[in-house]
Formats: sequence, C-alpha cells, structure tokens
Amino acid sequence: MTPLGRLTREPIDAAVLVREVARPAHGAILLFLGVVREVNDGRGVTGIEYSAYEAMAGFELQAIASEAADRFGPADVVIVHRLGELGLEEASVGIAVGHAHRDEAYQLSRWTIEELKRRVPIWKREHYVDGTREWADPAGRPVAEVHQ
Amino acid sequence: MSVTVLLFASYADALGASSLSVDLPAEATVADVLAEIARLPGSELLPASPLVAVNQRYASTSTRVSPGDEVALIPPVAGG
Repeated sequence: MTPLGRLTREPIDAAVLVREVARPAHGAILLFLGVVREVNDGRGVTGIEYSAYEAMAGFELQAIASEAADRFGPADVVIVHRLGELGLEEASVGIAVGHAHRDEAYQLSRWTIEELKRRVPIWKREHYVDGTREWADPAGRPVAEVHQ
Repeated sequence: MSVTVLLFASYADALGASSLSVDLPAEATVADVLAEIARLPGSELLPASPLVAVNQRYASTSTRVSPGDEVALIPPVAGG
C-alpha cells in the first residue's frame, strides 16, 4: 500500500490525492496545495530547491498522517511533499483530507500543515531573480549564505 | 566507539560535509557528539544547541549514543 505520508521527486498530482481519501462515509474532501510564490520577504523568487533528511522526513510525514486521523477521526489523510528543484506555481506539498463533515476536515487540514512545518526535516533554498540563493528559515526569512 | 553524524542544508554548507564519523568514549551522549562537532572549523556558524535526531528520531542532549548510531544535526526545518 502507498504510504499515507511520503516524499516525491515528481510533480504532485492533486487528482490522485483526492481519490486516495475518497470514501462513501466522507461528506467533505479538502485539498491543500502549498505552491512556490514569486515573492518572499520582498525579494523576487524564481524557484525553490527542497531537500530532506529523507528517511526521517518520510517517517514524520507518515506519523503526522496517522496522528491526524486519530486526532480528528474517522478521517483519511494523505500528505505528499516534493523534493528537488521547483519553479513558480509548482506545488511543494499536497495534503488531502476526507472526513464525514467539513468542520473537522478544515481543522484537520490546518493541523496537518502546521505540524508538517513544525517537525518534518525538510529544508528549502530559495533562488532569487538576482541570481543569488539562500536557505530559508522557518519564518521564511533567509539565512545568510555560507561562502566557503 | 564511532558514530556517523549527518549534516544538512546550511549546516552541511558551514562544515563543508554532509556526513562525518566521530570517535567518542563509551557511554557518550548527544552532548558529547555536539562537543566534538564544536571543535571543527565552520562549527561557529551553528547554534550552540542545534536540534538533534538519533537514528531518525528527535533526541535530547542527554540521549545516549551507541556504536554505529546515526546522529543528525537538524537545521531549522522549512517544509511546506
């Protein structure tokens, strides 16, 4: 069975995520996509490079998906995070949630993305329009690039 | 004994490596691993107490390490 929380190097297929959480019991399905935006902290962004501590990130994504389902269940939750070089408008993360009711589905979707941002060992290096690139910190503010 | 230390993102850039082998006395802890890392050039760019994982699970400075363990220094995470 495909893991409910997983990493991918391929473009995220939203339709696949939605199908994975569809059940006759669910009256609400929510899809969240985090996408690469053209500006961060006032700087023009051309793309983002995502990397991860892959073994641990896969474990944490899977753990979050199961915890989410337990926390607001009965629910179905699928989380996919993309790695590699992404251009503008490409999805870096996709979260699909299926629940009997919309209230719980919204709470669950929100809890899942916040938990992902809090604890999954994934990093991003932003590429800017001026040709420079910098690691971003969790608040989205760039960390000074280390020159060797 | 020796453990493998993994470095990622800005920490890997700071130390110029993504993986190191660190020699430690028996019954060492994560704090001892961090003390060894702090002796390396470039380590001044790391925080004094970075987040650490042992064998892919978050750990604390008092967590014991065993021969062959995989210790990872985790920069501030930025997924999403």
